[in-house]
Amino acid sequence: MNKDKRNIMLTLVALVVLFGVACFAQTEIDSYVRRIINLCLIYAIIGLSMNITNGFAGQFSLGQAGFMAIGAYMVGIFTVPVNLRADVFYATPMHPWLVNIYIPLWLALILGGVLAAVVAGLIGTPVLRLRGDYLAIATLGFSEIIRIVITNATSITNGALGIKNIPPLNDVRYIFLVTAISYIIITLLLNSSYGRAFKAIREDEIAAEAMGIGLFYHKNLAFMVSAFFAGIGGGLYGALLGTVDPKNFLFTITYNFLLIIVLGGMGSITGSMFGAIIVTAGLEYLRLFDEPLEIMGVAIPLFRPGLRMVVFSILLMICVLFWRHGIMGTNELTWEKILNFVKHPLAGFRKKGVQGK
Amino acid sequence: MEIFQAITNMTAVGLAQHMVNGISLGSLYALIAIGYTMVYGILLMINFAHADIVMMACYFALFGITTFHIPWYLTFVLTIALTALLGVTIERAAYRPLRDAPKNSVLISAIGASFLLENLATYVFTGRPLHFPDIPFLSSMISVGGVQIQAICLFIPIVTVVCLTVLLHIVNHTKTGMAMRAVSKDYEIARVMGVNIDNIISITFAIGSSLAAIGAIMWGIRYPGITPYLGVMPGLKCFIAAVIGGIGNIKGAVIGGFILGLGEILIVAFFPQFSGYRDAFAFLMLIWILFYKPTGLLGEKTTEKV
Amino acid sequence: MIRTVLRTEHVTMQFGGVIAVNDLNIVVKEHEIIALIGPNGAGKTTAFNDITGVYTPTKGRVIYSPAEGSEADITGKKPSDIAKMGIARTFQNIRLFKDLSVYENVLIAKHLHLKSSFVAATLRLPGYKKEEEAMRADVERLLKEVNLWDVRNEKASSLPYGKQRYLEIVRALATKPQLLLLDEPAAGMNPKETSELTDFIRQIRDRFNLTIFMIEHHMDLVMEISDRIYVLDFGNTIATGNPTEIQNNERVIKAYLGEDEDA
Repeated sequence: MNKDKRNIMLTLVALVVLFGVACFAQTEIDSYVRRIINLCLIYAIIGLSMNITNGFAGQFSLGQAGFMAIGAYMVGIFTVPVNLRADVFYATPMHPWLVNIYIPLWLALILGGVLAAVVAGLIGTPVLRLRGDYLAIATLGFSEIIRIVITNATSITNGALGIKNIPPLNDVRYIFLVTAISYIIITLLLNSSYGRAFKAIREDEIAAEAMGIGLFYHKNLAFMVSAFFAGIGGGLYGALLGTVDPKNFLFTITYNFLLIIVLGGMGSITGSMFGAIIVTAGLEYLRLFDEPLEIMGVAIPLFRPGLRMVVFSILLMICVLFWRHGIMGTNELTWEKILNFVKHPLAGFRKKGVQGK
Repeated sequence: MEIFQAITNMTAVGLAQHMVNGISLGSLYALIAIGYTMVYGILLMINFAHADIVMMACYFALFGITTFHIPWYLTFVLTIALTALLGVTIERAAYRPLRDAPKNSVLISAIGASFLLENLATYVFTGRPLHFPDIPFLSSMISVGGVQIQAICLFIPIVTVVCLTVLLHIVNHTKTGMAMRAVSKDYEIARVMGVNIDNIISITFAIGSSLAAIGAIMWGIRYPGITPYLGVMPGLKCFIAAVIGGIGNIKGAVIGGFILGLGEILIVAFFPQFSGYRDAFAFLMLIWILFYKPTGLLGEKTTEKV
Repeated sequence: MIRTVLRTEHVTMQFGGVIAVNDLNIVVKEHEIIALIGPNGAGKTTAFNDITGVYTPTKGRVIYSPAEGSEADITGKKPSDIAKMGIARTFQNIRLFKDLSVYENVLIAKHLHLKSSFVAATLRLPGYKKEEEAMRADVERLLKEVNLWDVRNEKASSLPYGKQRYLEIVRALATKPQLLLLDEPAAGMNPKETSELTDFIRQIRDRFNLTIFMIEHHMDLVMEISDRIYVLDFGNTIATGNPTEIQNNERVIKAYLGEDEDA
């Protein structure tokens, strides 16, 4: 009990310190770097959300792009200032019911999450009976259907033209707070009895069911919570970009989050955070591969647009082929380990095994 | 607008036109779907990279003719060989090391391989669409009984039927085919019985990829805009076709391919207002079939052992 | 009158053309230890799966009575609902949550009685906290009782085989069952371990007031603790009775020793 309290205190202190860093970053760092930090934070939310289904409940879903799109469009449709909407919807006017409805960002984020969760609930009913690859392909299909519907619902979403003029949100403090809250909620859920039930389903569905864990309810719960946070992350993503477009939500974007959770460790919360930072920052850093490179006046012909994504996909392959458990496996970085590390450097990492109480 | 008008007042000629389109699209789907179903039958995995093997085959053929000036018929043969090699290489590099790994790892590796091929193609060939070269006669428009069609459309179903016949002969009447069926029935027992599993898997990938290459060449002639992502949508649909037909079943994959190809074209023909949802049709079919007959039209029932 | 806890009425299970279980009529009374025996492939595990909802019988009904005067038809119900009603089971080829700790394995089995919603659980509302504490206290008591407390932080799959069998039984006990189904609990055990297990099964029956229905091949164990035995062969019930009756039954001996002509 005492240890729990100490850990909660340490977590709170860490969050306050990080928030301080975020405030500092907001005023002192140039907007390009801030954008990367924000992208890291947003990818962390969505990576975590994907880990709920794929890592903890063991349900291999590839629907994240679709749920993100729902969140992003909720922000896009309702947070563009009313007077700018005619400019945005210049080809097909916005539906008259919607044209005067404005919703503040925080509410649009929550509503986007809720709508994504509702859609996930509807999709989950037929789809979550499937296993493995079938589930993957079905969720991927639904993610594309969501995108196709968005592309065709022109009077609501402006179709293929996308929605511009979303008030841009390049605010580290705001995005950090949303990320921190999402992180805390997801951690609390996954460490509760429900989270344990998810893990039981991942380990052995038949045994879990025989222990009284309702598969349908728990899989759907995981799927909906996952969609909720993907929706929130998508909303922030739209706000960060200042524009949403169906092409932003092609299912290939889901692969980014797949890499995040594979790299971080499927079934590790802290792993997803590391994964998000490494992948996002890495993708940004890899941009130098896309620039022409000259060494002592000689242009290296390999470096041209596209190389970055090649390197990125090779990294994904290396990761899954040679480093299947990622950074954390299913373990977590806990305060115990950090404190042990501080006291006896390296000893804390030597002992491998599962952690419990 | 005139086109829509024409469709709503559909004539016999119009209908024939759509049937030709549907049948040739269905045949292409069928050829590609066979690759999915064969691999799934043996390895129980979706070969996500299969779609990109189709795409690569298009580029092979395109560059063979335009850049290397190889006669088109020779290029086609080379393309089929190269594509088979590519398929076998992907299996060796990305799937074989994970033979004993959890299924999800294999799935991720397959996604990774697909993603790598797409990015590699974007990098090497650029993302801009390239035009598939015109092939003498095959690319030209001909008129059959008042119906304007591309000559290739007449050949696609014929080639598909020939390929299918050859394939079924191999699977049902040769030693290799017997080994393939044994492996797909029971992997472990086949191994114990002395079947060289690795060889059989390589052959499966080679055959699946060759059929994909044949499909890809005809796809290129029919739809000449070649991009690195051209395989993605047809790939997903062909996997769905394999599921509809009953995964692991070659004839089923062909039937599934025709259902999706014809269905897609006819829906757009009869309900032009839904043409934007054309790509959603396959996914809705998938959900429907999984709901009512999860083992597919020709699939066998399996129960998990407890 | 002693209450009948479980009763199968004409339960038949057919897979395609194969009849795995044919017209099974079993009666299990409160506090009894009943064994289901028979050669491999006789349909014993299929019978278990029919009772626990993994399969829905092709024909017949499964009736369960959780308490005096209440009876429920559980045919074709979901396994999780059947578990909630008080039937727990183990598996022939041990199905532990392999990568989780011993402690978590047992704690998970407490989830089915959780009343708090996932919202209450996430927000750690007082009601949930109380439940969680009670669950943990229960698990601690259980694990200490069966001497698994010291290995609580080990991965389930890292335990020796025999301990895994015990852990699976303990996990089933954690769901607070009325009726416990054991699928070959002594499989792979040597005679000494088997005799320890025999004592253990009797102990938990008395300690937790259980009714036990088990499949077993070790005849020493079966003959020693069973109140009654059912013998299956090719899906058919070929004999019923107490251990002495079964030991002297012609048909049972034949089924086990085999016959020259086809059965």
